[in-house]
Amino acid sequence: MAAVAPHPRTAELVRARLEQGKLDVAGTLFRWLLVGTLALSVGVLAVLLIDVVTGGWGVLSSRLVDFLTSADRTSAEEAGVFQGLRGTFWIGVFTVVLAFPVGIGAAIYLEEYAPRSRFTRIIDINIRNLAGVPSVVYGILGLAIFVKTLASLPDWLGGGPLTGGRTVMSGGIIIAILVLPIVIITSAEAIRAVPDSIREAGFGVGATRWEVVRSHVLPYALPGILTGTVLALARALGEAAPLILVGAVQGRLGGGPGSLVDLGQLQERFTAMPIMITNWSGEFAEGFQDELAPAAIVVLLVFVFLANGTAILLRNRYAKRR
Amino acid sequence: MSDVGRQRVPLTLASLQGDRRRLRREAALRRLFLGAAALSIVISALIVLSLIREAWVFVSQVDLASLWTDGWFPRRGLYDLKTLFAGSLIVTLIAMAVASPLGLGAAVYLSEYARPRVRQALKPVIETLASIPSVVLGFFALTFISPEVVRRFAEEATLANLTAAGIGVGLLTIPLIASVAEDAMAAVPDALREASSGIGARKVTTTVKVVVPAAVSGLVAAFIIATSRAIGETMVVLIAAGASGGSLFSLDPLREGLTLTAAMATQASGTDAVVGAALTFQSLFFVGMLLFLVTFGLNLVADRFVRRVRQKY
Repeated sequence: MAAVAPHPRTAELVRARLEQGKLDVAGTLFRWLLVGTLALSVGVLAVLLIDVVTGGWGVLSSRLVDFLTSADRTSAEEAGVFQGLRGTFWIGVFTVVLAFPVGIGAAIYLEEYAPRSRFTRIIDINIRNLAGVPSVVYGILGLAIFVKTLASLPDWLGGGPLTGGRTVMSGGIIIAILVLPIVIITSAEAIRAVPDSIREAGFGVGATRWEVVRSHVLPYALPGILTGTVLALARALGEAAPLILVGAVQGRLGGGPGSLVDLGQLQERFTAMPIMITNWSGEFAEGFQDELAPAAIVVLLVFVFLANGTAILLRNRYAKRR
Repeated sequence: MSDVGRQRVPLTLASLQGDRRRLRREAALRRLFLGAAALSIVISALIVLSLIREAWVFVSQVDLASLWTDGWFPRRGLYDLKTLFAGSLIVTLIAMAVASPLGLGAAVYLSEYARPRVRQALKPVIETLASIPSVVLGFFALTFISPEVVRRFAEEATLANLTAAGIGVGLLTIPLIASVAEDAMAAVPDALREASSGIGARKVTTTVKVVVPAAVSGLVAAFIIATSRAIGETMVVLIAAGASGGSLFSLDPLREGLTLTAAMATQASGTDAVVGAALTFQSLFFVGMLLFLVTFGLNLVADRFVRRVRQKY
């Protein structure tokens, strides 16, 4: 027998009779309290966005191109974020090239290959713990490995006395390591959500484990994996603490703007968008904290929101299709 | 296959084993994926090793009396730990006071009250809040929360202060609490809600007396995870409570201060070689190890609570 939804009028009558015409005071208050907490969170977000956009508007509207293509200068009217964009670009590249394949590979192992053994359980717990390690501690790892160890290597290996290992390469690798657990966890969740019938269909026609994974599991899990990886990328772009420890330049980075994709830059001292924002936030001379910092924030947020929005759209689109 | 049929060779196990090359590739890929997964253990080991190596140098060489002095000034050889712990404690308490009610309220609303359409519209907003980089919240805490909120109510507060930083960190952890708590409440079976409604309980009673108690271990986990995150947050405190270089011991949340994390960041910044007094560099690793131990412990406890939810339902 199919359940029949009552006529709305009937439901209303029943409810009125049950409540005997009394107002549900506690219930209404509680409901509004909840709405209030949510509205407050959303309101703060709105205030934040309005605050940075109005703060940065002067710079963004009057000299956007100049701001994006200039190096950091001592004069607030001429300073730009190019070096920060370059650093953040390379950190994004390292994340995509290192963290994505390794993370997805690890997720495939954990969900498709791993036996139910003690070793698997240890890896699993370990990854979840890594996800909870504060980002500044990853910076310590970078400091110990790259700055101390790489500094003793020759120049062409990314070391050398000139930089002491404090290069965008060190920063990029550390950020990739930092987001690796996020990539693994979200990818593993997406792979786990693939119904077993899909796998069985593959095995049924004689495919090997990898063939099943490649042509059945991965295509099915792809939207979920993409969502997770894009979110990890957004996180990577905004991360600053580990970069400070591996020696992103705190003051002004010398030299001109240079070019965006010059591989030689990988071996030089670097800065990144979040680092520039941090520096400008603490610079009280006119034009820095009040104009340049919010303008740089708007630029960074555009990238982060682009990544985040892509992830949300992807998820909604595929959630509907299923 | 057809050969097998024509020559009437009996079908053996060997003929089902498949192509050698295919099997070799299969084994190689398996090893590759195993390597990727095992890399996480290598990373953990490297973190622990690099922390311990320098921290041990610090512990074995430091004058123990300098761990209990008037403040944290590593360049002058003063490593007062209570200064950092007090700062971390103040920031974390304020952050949790802000984030717990807001995050929990959002979670209850989204899980119990919001209609599917409303939830679909609100979740991306919460996720957007979650995606905001911590430096942005640091800037917001310093240039908006401090002058417009903190100094409006407490005029004696300094420009950069721990309260503003705490509120900023709290805003950062709201989405985390909201999502973990919502997951916990979504895991409560509908049968419990229906049973409660069936005996005439109102929505509010069902929510407060049935759903929340049933999800309590998940909610506790949400608070612990958020606490751990708040303790580990660096940039907000560095920007908004910025005591660069060092700080005197103080319990006043309206003044500048240092946390475990911010102490590490200020020390690393502005110094190419991180030298100063003899152990400045090593003290960085020592503080890092303390931070690692605290957050690691909290995460383990939270994990236990999360698993309890999973076992129950």
